[in-house]
Amino acid sequence: MSAETTGGAAGGQGAPVGVVLVSHSGPVAESVAAMAAGLAGGGDTAPVAAAGGTPDGGLGTSAELIVKAARTVDRGAGVAILVDLGSAVLTVKSLVAEGDELPAGARLVDAPFVEGAVAAVVTASSGADLDAVAAAAGEAYGYRKE
Amino acid sequence: MLDAAFFVRWMTAAAAVIDREADRLTELDSPIGDADHGRNMQRGFAAVVKTLEAEPPATPGAALTAAGRQLISSVGGASGPLYGTLLRRAGKVLGDAPQVSVEELRSGLAAGVDAVGQLGGSAPGDKTMLDALVPGVTALSASFAAAAEAAEQGALATVPLQARKGRASYLGERSIGHQDPGATSSALLFATLAEVAK
Repeated sequence: MSAETTGGAAGGQGAPVGVVLVSHSGPVAESVAAMAAGLAGGGDTAPVAAAGGTPDGGLGTSAELIVKAARTVDRGAGVAILVDLGSAVLTVKSLVAEGDELPAGARLVDAPFVEGAVAAVVTASSGADLDAVAAAAGEAYGYRKE
Repeated sequence: MLDAAFFVRWMTAAAAVIDREADRLTELDSPIGDADHGRNMQRGFAAVVKTLEAEPPATPGAALTAAGRQLISSVGGASGPLYGTLLRRAGKVLGDAPQVSVEELRSGLAAGVDAVGQLGGSAPGDKTMLDALVPGVTALSASFAAAAEAAEQGALATVPLQARKGRASYLGERSIGHQDPGATSSALLFATLAEVAK
């Protein structure tokens, strides 16, 4: 599954924060990216890239796809990386620790995957900075469903 | 003293052993994991050997750092970042010394094991690779053979444990009675280290 960008620059407030969605599954990452961009709607949305599954289309996590996706969405304002589970979490953590693979300002954001993705893309599209994007995504944990 | 060539021999031998044991690792990973540990480790260590052959490292630290980096990028499962962190952190601790003592290797690996625990948020007893790594590293102060034996015992001791980390933890009590695949591959790394040191 290749990293694909949707959207362009956010509405005229400087460079937008990029969002990378890392799932064990290519289709999950791509669908969540499309959904988040769709729900952000209304004008230009922040760049979002999916990094799902392994390069050969299997289930798993690919450091290579993650790095590629982060570079694709990097506009210089930082990159919020949201992950689903297991190796996706651990791989991004170790890439962040590595220090020189991801663009400067790339950060693992602690958030639920789908809800956090929507919050992150909507917030990034409004021109908010990386702290605000991370906070919005994290707040999605607080939304109870029963 | 151990030089870069020793570490290349270790990684190369580890790749061969993992290749040979891949089916067993995957079998262990079938009832409690996602049945890919053998293949993932095979892919990762094959990439490590390729890298070390293409760019022969000058120091033990460089060998372990390159191996760790390669594992993170090519494994595809949780064992990639975990083993990658273990080796890379150990490599960083060894720095650019041209040769290291067994005690220096032990303290490098000990730092690597701590980093693995931090990354996975796990501790010995959680039924993970730490159950083999921790006793293995501790016993390394005695000898390579003692480390191999301790890691093997540690892996066997995961059988009655209930998994508290990783995919196996979703199974709760049903994870009891199975040997942890990660602890098993960790024991293989120590067994190979002892073999290479002979």
